[in-house]
Amino acid sequence: MRATAAAEQQDTAQGMDYLQSMPRRWVTIYIPLGIFVFVLLFPFYWMAITAFKPDGELLMRSANPFWVMAPTLAHFKKLLFDTPYPAWLLNTVIVSTIATFASLAASVLAAYAIERLRFQGAKQVGLAIFLAYLIPPSILFIPLASIVFQLGLFDTRWALILTYPTFLIPFCTWLLMGYFRSIPYELEECALIDGATRWEILVKIILPLAVPGLISAGIFAFTLSWNEFIYALTFISSSEVKTVPVGIVTELIEGDVYHWGALMAGALLGSLPVALVYSFFVEYYVSGMTGAVKE
Amino acid sequence: MISRLLNNRHALGLLFMLPTALLLLVFLTYPLGLGVWLGFTNTKIGGTGEWIGLSNYSYLAGDSLTQLALFNTIFYTVVASVVKFALGLWLALLLNKNLPFKSFFRAIVLLPWIVPTALSALAFWWIYDAQFSIISWTLVKLGLIDRYIDFLGDPWLARFSTIAANVWRGIPFVAISLLAGLQTISPTLYEAASIDGVTPWQQFRYVTLPLLTPIIAVVMTFSVLFTFTDFQLIYVLTRGGPLNATHLMATLSFQRAIPGGSLGEGAAIATMMVPFLLAAILFSYFGLQRRGWQQGGDK
Repeated sequence: MRATAAAEQQDTAQGMDYLQSMPRRWVTIYIPLGIFVFVLLFPFYWMAITAFKPDGELLMRSANPFWVMAPTLAHFKKLLFDTPYPAWLLNTVIVSTIATFASLAASVLAAYAIERLRFQGAKQVGLAIFLAYLIPPSILFIPLASIVFQLGLFDTRWALILTYPTFLIPFCTWLLMGYFRSIPYELEECALIDGATRWEILVKIILPLAVPGLISAGIFAFTLSWNEFIYALTFISSSEVKTVPVGIVTELIEGDVYHWGALMAGALLGSLPVALVYSFFVEYYVSGMTGAVKE
Repeated sequence: MISRLLNNRHALGLLFMLPTALLLLVFLTYPLGLGVWLGFTNTKIGGTGEWIGLSNYSYLAGDSLTQLALFNTIFYTVVASVVKFALGLWLALLLNKNLPFKSFFRAIVLLPWIVPTALSALAFWWIYDAQFSIISWTLVKLGLIDRYIDFLGDPWLARFSTIAANVWRGIPFVAISLLAGLQTISPTLYEAASIDGVTPWQQFRYVTLPLLTPIIAVVMTFSVLFTFTDFQLIYVLTRGGPLNATHLMATLSFQRAIPGGSLGEGAAIATMMVPFLLAAILFSYFGLQRRGWQQGGDK
């Protein structure tokens, strides 16, 4: 019985694609898809291949530029030992991690309050949170810069740790609200009858059930803060506290001679951590992104 | 007493909202207001400004660079959003077919979206390099052109090059979100349509598209918002050059406010973006909002 049901499901999942012949599938699906994948991935390939090319090969026009003849680690060595790159990496990790966990904590409380406690005005607050997500950093950075300056946080990591949650919290709260909504009310009611407090319900019932949602929100928040650029560019001026994207763009580009090898090595190393985190949690990331859009 | 209070949902709700509210009020709502106020003052970096009314705006309205930036921003947003939508929808339709390694493809396709834009923009800078561009190299070897193209040196070429980079970065978001929408469409609808003898185009036009409209509205609103306020890509690729041909409102407001020092003028430029953003949001909200039949009936 179960086997037939599964087979049936397989059948509907396949839809009517079986009506298409193989050559036709190649022309209408595989070749366009191949071109899409090639174009979307080429810049990464190019970044990687440049990072391993010796300088001589980079400036050679005669040889085949798509491959590297004598791979070298010289660019990585220069990057890690002759530039403040390791410090930037450390800063980015510190700022992203603290901002992510702080935002998650605040968002869990806020989402639970809006979605489950339903205090007076919860609906309006929920809408306000969504609108907050639509406010882009590029219209906030100037007034924020003057606030950061007045608070004496200019040029410190705290400037970033405190401002990143402005775009992380709205997003995480919105995502978690959707997630909490899917947890049955009955569970909470049972716990209330058994004499649990709201706090116990949140910690012992809701949070364990919401782990996938927490992971989605966490991954999202981490990549968003890792990728942040305009705040870090505006609020930070000394090299020791810069983040990776800002450090590379503002300090590795010197004069008219571009050290393409080192630049690409820096871009590659700076992209790797988010790419790794992402690759472990792809499904969570996709469900978070599409879930947030579908709401 | 305290335990009673902690089980009162209104009191507890406010307590739980406290960290979020505090942070967003201090670092989001207040700066939003402060930004509008700064736009009416002549504040410089490191000094206090005075109220000068609409002077900033009347100056900016006559400033040819601001007019150019406004034109660039609208051009950039319109072209990039249209192309992103068309290609993203196409990619979503491709991924929605019954493919082997589907989740693998989906994971790969999202890569441009999750990598820091500033860093992928560096890769594009290198790809567009005037002397060593890989695109020029390939075209020369194929015999299509005889001189290297200066992608970022000519105003119109630079505009299209930055748009191409923006589209590259934005396609994954559009495609994966629309793919999620496509997967919610019931296959029985397609079966019914095919029994009625539709062509593939009719199937797309009369089944897929109407059911996808609500998601398209949300996705494109986000896409337009991100593109209109784009900063990183332009800052890394061209810094607004050549001849200010790629300056967007965001990059111009940064240039006037931070290196230029006139916080007031920069804030005024940033504030000028708000009406456009509101228009985009309202347009998508009212023009494309869900209708009852798109929800699957009874609402």
